Amino acid sequence: MLAWTIYLSFAGALACLLTPRANPRATRAVALGTALAGLACGLMGAVQFKPENGLEVITNVRWIPALGIDFSLAADGISVTLVLLTGIAALAGVLFSWNVEHRTNEFFAFFFALIGGVYGVFLSLDLFLLFVFYEIAIVPKYFLIAIWGSTRRDYAAMKLALYSFIGSGMVLIGMLAAYAVSGLASFDLLTLAQHSFAPEFQRWAFPLVFVGFAILAGMWPFHTWAPTGHSAAPTAASMLLAGVVMKLGAYGCLRVAMTLFPEGLKMWQHELAALAVTGIVYGALVALVQKDFKFVIGYSSVSHMGFVLLGLVTLNEIGWSGAVLQMFSHGIIAGLLFGVVGRMVYDRAHTRELDKLEGMGLLKAMPFAAVTFVVAGFASMGMPGFSGFIAELQVLIGAWQAFPKLAILAGVGIVVGVVYTLKTTAKVFFPDKPDTADAHDDHGHELEPISVQERLGAALLILCTLVIGLHPRLLLDLIVPSFQSPLFDGLRKAAGL
Amino acid sequence: MNTADYLALFSALAPEVIVVLTALLVLAADLLGLQDTPRSYRMSIASGLTTVGCAGAVGWMFLNPTVGNWHGGMFVIDPLNEVVKAVILLLTVFTAMLSTEAKFTRHCGEYFALLLLATVGMMVLASTEDLLMVFASLELVSLSLYILVAFDKSSRASAEAALKYFLFGGMSAAFLLFGFSLLYGLTGTTHVPRMAYKIFTLGPDPLATVALVMVVIGFGFKIAAVPFHLWAPDAYQGAPLPCAAFIASGSKVASFFVFAKVVLLGFSQLGWGNDNAAASGWIPLLSVVAAISMVLGNLAAIRQTSVRRLLAYSAIAHAGYMLIGFFALGGEAFASLLFYVTTYALTTIGAFGVLGVVEAQVGGDQLKDFAGLSRRAPVLAACLMVFLLSLAGIPPLAGFFGKFYLFAAALTNESQSLPFLWLVILGVAMSCVSLYYYLQVLKQAFVVEADANARPLAVPFLAHAVVVLLAAAVILLGCMPGWLLDTLHQAIGELGW
Repeated sequence: MLAWTIYLSFAGALACLLTPRANPRATRAVALGTALAGLACGLMGAVQFKPENGLEVITNVRWIPALGIDFSLAADGISVTLVLLTGIAALAGVLFSWNVEHRTNEFFAFFFALIGGVYGVFLSLDLFLLFVFYEIAIVPKYFLIAIWGSTRRDYAAMKLALYSFIGSGMVLIGMLAAYAVSGLASFDLLTLAQHSFAPEFQRWAFPLVFVGFAILAGMWPFHTWAPTGHSAAPTAASMLLAGVVMKLGAYGCLRVAMTLFPEGLKMWQHELAALAVTGIVYGALVALVQKDFKFVIGYSSVSHMGFVLLGLVTLNEIGWSGAVLQMFSHGIIAGLLFGVVGRMVYDRAHTRELDKLEGMGLLKAMPFAAVTFVVAGFASMGMPGFSGFIAELQVLIGAWQAFPKLAILAGVGIVVGVVYTLKTTAKVFFPDKPDTADAHDDHGHELEPISVQERLGAALLILCTLVIGLHPRLLLDLIVPSFQSPLFDGLRKAAGL
Repeated sequence: MNTADYLALFSALAPEVIVVLTALLVLAADLLGLQDTPRSYRMSIASGLTTVGCAGAVGWMFLNPTVGNWHGGMFVIDPLNEVVKAVILLLTVFTAMLSTEAKFTRHCGEYFALLLLATVGMMVLASTEDLLMVFASLELVSLSLYILVAFDKSSRASAEAALKYFLFGGMSAAFLLFGFSLLYGLTGTTHVPRMAYKIFTLGPDPLATVALVMVVIGFGFKIAAVPFHLWAPDAYQGAPLPCAAFIASGSKVASFFVFAKVVLLGFSQLGWGNDNAAASGWIPLLSVVAAISMVLGNLAAIRQTSVRRLLAYSAIAHAGYMLIGFFALGGEAFASLLFYVTTYALTTIGAFGVLGVVEAQVGGDQLKDFAGLSRRAPVLAACLMVFLLSLAGIPPLAGFFGKFYLFAAALTNESQSLPFLWLVILGVAMSCVSLYYYLQVLKQAFVVEADANARPLAVPFLAHAVVVLLAAAVILLGCMPGWLLDTLHQAIGELGW
């Protein structure tokens, strides 16, 4: 069932491309259908999935026998969680891009090509296949930003494409070296993970692959693509970039770098944790001084992804499960924040400068956007009751066990996060100045009301973060048993578990 | 020698004979019967005959699979060179189809006859193991190509390109001949495998190294590797488009195949006199050539505004990648190299096909001439995207698997010390650079809007068909590389390399 998410998304991309250019409504219908079908497949797969089985193989077909490459898909609780996230983000993305009128069919074709690649990465068990899906996701990102983007879109799109490609190049070198050195003539992740590579090899191969993936996860100091890319991208693309694509990177770190080279992780654990915490604090501090609404959210993404990376390198289970939960949680919350900023505010006000937004009386003009942003802001700050709280708490507990000093610093990052979120919310929606006359956009036009699709999309995302926040076991019961599967044997051994 | 020998040789040479007869037929038909008919009619007849002749030659090879060795390696038929010859004939057919609509010449018969003669040269080149025959057939190829480059008599650029190509080519032929004569002097034979044995018994000899350098210079010119590449950008730019496509595809395949044969089989035992006899003497030389070709080709391509020159520099860079294949072990070297060069040739000829339509309809090959291509010719633009992304090495296209296999093959040779890791790293890094300039072209085609008065392009049916067919082939070979790979492996397995 889960595998159908991939096939349906690619089929949907093709179907969107074939809908007539002059008929955006047909394209939207196809897109909505594809997103719903993908989410439905993901949900059904999740219901049928038995977490206690560990890794469930879905498909395994010989693909290129000469190099030991199989078309093999498999899922554990981590994959299922992230597949669900992708399904939700895709549906919300379609709802929030209902107003795309320019080249609609191509827009959704690129959109679903990206989604298909993302599903593929989360479900691949073969390293080659995983890499293929990972790279398939790069090109649509470029075109989504370059064609439908805003501020400095050329620059942002190219920067994002090259950063991604450099990252995947590092991964490619590492995986080819692992293939050659292991001498197993196989790209099967399970086989490679059970091979113990020489420590000297892991010492350079691990950081190569880990950082290669972490570039896409927005690891400091390779994060600079993220704020520019997020802010230039059209709303749906920023939702996907922050919501899902950054998770690709983190997932790759966990699934490939850490399982293949656990000893390498041990050697570099402290350096990577320091980078992750730097990302948390730096991202939060920079978000504090941004003048562009989207840049605030962009840097907050860097900060929150720092928690994911910090959780991954703690080398204990609570840190890992916190990291995976944070991937899900941040995917939902970032989607929501970008939905408000990009679709609700920017598409109407035509400006993202906080100073200009301040005088627009947005609270009166669109109370729904204000409420959504306040809720999303609370979730993002890590208020109890929302998914971000339980995820970041787990990461901090894990980090406290491994590196107490850094954990305190990460806590400081959370405090700064509260400050910039409150500051931005207050400035945009609750300004000190009394509301001037009617709200109008940058060109003096009236603001159109929030559409049904936006309300639905926002409600979906808020629901998800609340449900997981109040009942985290829904996902934790999936995630935690995954670390018992043979894929993580080496990692558990290195962690002394 | 008796006459029966010649009869056997004649039947073994049947595919070549068919192509020669077709050349004569095309010439005769055009000169004797069709002089008064319109040019488009003559072009169609000549191109049709060429297609039929090449198809006949391929058909003959399929129906009469022969294996044999005539006159001590002068002419050899084995499964591998049959595959190579089939590829060359296929590329000739595509070139002929692309030429059908061309308007640069009134000498239709001569044009196609020369194309076929060049093809015969390449076929013989692929099926000989004797240095004399290598040289003679290489000259046949080169002389035909010199004339083809100069075929646009109304264009100064064409004449200049041909002169440059000729002067460089003549020089390199001199080097090659000098190298061959040294080899003959040293070993007393012109037969490559026997020569290899003699070089082995000779031990380290400076003269053999000099001969190697001469041979590398000679072939380096044919494959446009740095520093023997100077002719390529001008020839690609000035030559009539189908000729440039043929130089970039057919000529590359044949030259690389015979280069690999001479170096890998002939110089396999050229040692440096140290204990490590396995490290062949050509490795340092070729790794330097590969490295500077990749770096210079890719960096120079960034600066180009003419798409033809861009393709020329990318061809130089790809020659560098292909040289990495030489460092794989035994048969893997041939398999990875031939897979790469075949897919590269198909991709390049497709890219030239798109370029040809744009040149004919828009009037130039500058980047800006591609603006809005996705609106003006959607199918063509989509195919262009396939070709360029394949050249950049994005999965699931053929170019990705080609690179992947090439790098994997080079790394698995002596996999414990990974001596060629630096070349692979350089290759991957340079692929990232190449994505930048390929995206520049695609940005014009997909992102930039065309002028307000730009009309849809009238794409000739044949060009459309060729381009779509090639794009489909690139996608299929990328998704199912096993089809070509297994053929190559099987053929190489029978040879026992």
